[in-house]
Amino acid sequence: MTIGDLVEILSGRILVENHSLDEEVPRGGAADLMSDVLAFGTDRMVLMTGLTNPQVVRTADMAGVNVIVFVRDKKPPHETIEMARDSGVTLVSTGYTMYEACGRLYAAGLPGRGPVKIENDSW
Amino acid sequence: MTSHEITYVQELIYTTRVETVMATNVVVLSPSMTMAEVKTLMKNKRISGAPVVEGDRIVGIVTMADVIQAMECGKLDSPVTDHMVREVMTAFKDASVVEVVNNLGREGFARLPVVDRDGKLVGILTNGTLIRALLREMDISFQKKETERIQTYRASHIFQDILSDDTSVVLRFIVDEKDFSNAGKASSMIKKSLQRLQIPPPIVRRVAVAVYEAEMNLVIHTDVGGEINVDIRPDRLSISAIDHGPGIKDLQQVLQPGFSTAPQWIRDMGFGAGMGLANIKRCSDVMKMLSEPGAGTRLDIVFIFGENTSGVVGGPGGKKS
Repeated sequence: MTIGDLVEILSGRILVENHSLDEEVPRGGAADLMSDVLAFGTDRMVLMTGLTNPQVVRTADMAGVNVIVFVRDKKPPHETIEMARDSGVTLVSTGYTMYEACGRLYAAGLPGRGPVKIENDSW
Repeated sequence: MTSHEITYVQELIYTTRVETVMATNVVVLSPSMTMAEVKTLMKNKRISGAPVVEGDRIVGIVTMADVIQAMECGKLDSPVTDHMVREVMTAFKDASVVEVVNNLGREGFARLPVVDRDGKLVGILTNGTLIRALLREMDISFQKKETERIQTYRASHIFQDILSDDTSVVLRFIVDEKDFSNAGKASSMIKKSLQRLQIPPPIVRRVAVAVYEAEMNLVIHTDVGGEINVDIRPDRLSISAIDHGPGIKDLQQVLQPGFSTAPQWIRDMGFGAGMGLANIKRCSDVMKMLSEPGAGTRLDIVFIFGENTSGVVGGPGGKKS
């Protein structure tokens, strides 16, 4: 799925565009817990989240996430947008809830990470 | 202009604030002026409209169309207040440019006086000031990209260019406690530096995640902040995160995923789920932690370049430490 497809499926609005709309996103994920993003984030993925503070962009940048989708039409503060511009993360906002945004993308063929579990000594 | 550049302009109008694109030298009219005086002023100043101001309040706006109408009716001697438009659309100086672009375009306004939150006139915005400002921003952005390209070229040659038996580049960062707005800044700089050194992206990613977790720990849990030192060699990278308090009582406990002592406000921002050290261990090739309650904590992590470059953090082929 390309970033352009994703924006269309979510009836999204691009807030910061740092990638070409033709670029492929290999998989998606959703979290309001940034430690989860750092643990399960994969390269170039799209992250659906309801958090809009600047640390979300920082976390995505560190985890290699290319695109962040803010659900429920959440408006990120100016600092978040600035940080995305600097760090090369693309920001999209959608009116759908987290559940429906994920469902729509998954139904359209965007895979997730598959079964993941954290256990003691699993590294 | 390609489609990409058009979207870049769109992005700029979302992220730029009105006060950075407005003109601050506003020509203003006083209510007592005649339309003839307004006509002369507009001609001399080469403007086609101006707000009418009483004290520091905007009471109306006069445009060239109002002057022409006054001329046609032979009323150039009458005061401004007879001809001005009293309903003035203004823009707040801290609003995003996207809002004013909508008003300038869709509503057909040629100029918008800009006011602060007290309603005081601080500037004016027209299509001209807008375009000049956006072009300036695009130029700055282009120069930034060019500088980045040159810096990457220079940094990536450092190990060949510097002569020694064993070269390493050492980076030092100070991390302040509870400074959430700057949390992650050091990690961000480390990531950028590694990219400039052209370290393979999968390694950069593992380092970025581990060092970010370590930095967040310094921000969230220490009472005096700490420091992060990075030692980069051609074949390995060693990072130490050091703080002087408060130290950890039970090292085994904090290593368990899910164990956390983070306060609620940190959790509200999406952090403090107690997976930090687990993540760091998973991402790094070697991890060592020393801590003493009341003293401080030292975390050492090492990344070896070469075969251990599987990109996905925690994916199959994870490293044994």
